[in-house]
Amino acid sequence: MSQQLVFIVFQDNDNARYLADAIMADNPHAEMQHQPAMIRIQADKRLVINRETMEEELGRDWDVQEMLIDVISIGGNVDEDDDHFILEWK
Amino acid sequence: MAVKNKKLNLKDKYQYLTRDMAWEPTYQKKEDIYPDESFEGIKILDWSQWEDPFRLTMDAYWKYQAEKEKKLYAIFDAFAQNNGHQNITDARYVNALKLFLTGVSPLEHAAFQGYSKVGRQFSGAGARVACQMQAIDELRHSQTQQHAMSHYNKHFNGLHDAAYMHDRVWFLSVPKSFFDDARSAGPFEFLTAISFSFEYVLTNLLFVPFMSGAAYNNDMATVTFGFSAQSDEARHMTLGLEVIKFILEQHEDNVPIVQKWIDKWFWRGFRLLSLVSMMMDYMLPKKVMSWAEAWEVYYEQNGGALFKDLERYGIRPPKYEDVANEAKHHLSHQLWTTFYQYSHATNFHTWIPTEEEMDWMSEKYPDTFDKYYRPRYEFLAKEHAEGRRYYNNTLPQLCQVCQVPTLFTEKGDATKLSHRQIEHEGERYHFCSEACCDIFKDEPEKYVQAWLPVHQIYQGNCGGADVETVVQKYYHINIGEDNFEYVGSPDHKRWQFIKGMAPQQKGDDEAAEKPNAA
Repeated sequence: MSQQLVFIVFQDNDNARYLADAIMADNPHAEMQHQPAMIRIQADKRLVINRETMEEELGRDWDVQEMLIDVISIGGNVDEDDDHFILEWK
Repeated sequence: MAVKNKKLNLKDKYQYLTRDMAWEPTYQKKEDIYPDESFEGIKILDWSQWEDPFRLTMDAYWKYQAEKEKKLYAIFDAFAQNNGHQNITDARYVNALKLFLTGVSPLEHAAFQGYSKVGRQFSGAGARVACQMQAIDELRHSQTQQHAMSHYNKHFNGLHDAAYMHDRVWFLSVPKSFFDDARSAGPFEFLTAISFSFEYVLTNLLFVPFMSGAAYNNDMATVTFGFSAQSDEARHMTLGLEVIKFILEQHEDNVPIVQKWIDKWFWRGFRLLSLVSMMMDYMLPKKVMSWAEAWEVYYEQNGGALFKDLERYGIRPPKYEDVANEAKHHLSHQLWTTFYQYSHATNFHTWIPTEEEMDWMSEKYPDTFDKYYRPRYEFLAKEHAEGRRYYNNTLPQLCQVCQVPTLFTEKGDATKLSHRQIEHEGERYHFCSEACCDIFKDEPEKYVQAWLPVHQIYQGNCGGADVETVVQKYYHINIGEDNFEYVGSPDHKRWQFIKGMAPQQKGDDEAAEKPNAA
């Protein structure tokens, strides 16, 4: 119960599958759940999406704000810049 | 020679395109330009401390929103062209949409109005930009929801006059009064109410598991608008958290004011969402998760993490959170049994859950369903089978604050009705709970003005003295089409015809074609 979970939910579509893969690669402590039409990823304290990992996954340039199209919900404080999108409880 | 930066980074771009577009007034006083900024007692020392975690500029905003709309409307077209309504799991499901269109979609429009208004009231540019974007988002949600459901309106009853009903129908005063309360508060209370308590703490319960449920019931149109709207909500939620942290960091005197608003708006939101509990447990023929499970994930777990984070500011979890947590085992059942009795005055149908559904509820609510609620359904089913489908002809007593009928029970005793009353300036007022009573006592001059549908009927302000006249003439609910029991309703017959379960006979033409479809 001492866990303080952050989470992010995506639509279950082709764009988001790359996002989910990138997140799971960069956040080994994260847990992924599939529910109808959505993918929910939660982790204790912190989740990060790295632009670099996404660009490797996709094989093209990727703008961090592109995630806005597929995200459904988030929990945690947001920190966003050109290179990453971070959710965390400090 | 210095190399010129080809592209601004996100933070700089955001700074140039929002803050640097604002200016300090010189020939008018700031307090004259933003007259509502101070009366609530919130002290803002430095607006430049406002941080927008999503550094979204207007050009990027339009780019991403346009992309969302293109995707969404392509799906609406496909859904309509392929008669998507025929593929849903069961027509009972459409009743959740009727409640959504009359209860929720008008709130999106109210939010649009609210953010347009408060966006004008802040002297900080960052807050103004965030409110402006959110206002446009909310307008989009209201419009896309109406577009999505216009297809259902061609094939099912009860969806024909949502905005009109929202302003009049008894149970719709629950959502309406919620937003009216927020919109008639000051700008900081509005943000605490809607951006923080509602968007951040509670809307997940509607837009995430319910929308996932829509997908599970093969409603392609609804899940698509739901998730498209919710992609904007991710920004709104971030704003909600930022608003709270900003206000709390500005001055310690803000802490007790914000705490009081969190207590109030958590409770008001919880009462409002009791409608959603029933949509999830009863109105989704195929179920994704129970209300209790959704509450555990999206309030107890996520809200727990949130309030732990806010501890450092001197904020504690909302008062009466314990009552809400305990109520998760009862809420949907108490609501549905109430609506079941008042189906003659609603724009949607109700029914007795199937055996299979009741078994699911026994499993999901092991401590409460078999003990308190299954026997009621067995009784009501027997009455119905013997030709006495039960309708309650006594108008319910409404809570002066949340406007839900006083149907809830006490924490720890599901056989004891929760009811409070107080006298104020010679008049007696009734409440569903200690929490609603507290809200009244804090601002009685506001809540004595509540437009309570039952009182209004009795005072003769709703077009007539009997339920039938009020329902038909004042609510625009078509009697015998929109209301009453689901089994045997025109919707039910139309669905059986669509599914080929009833041979077409004379008269089926009317049943198969909705008579007043535009």
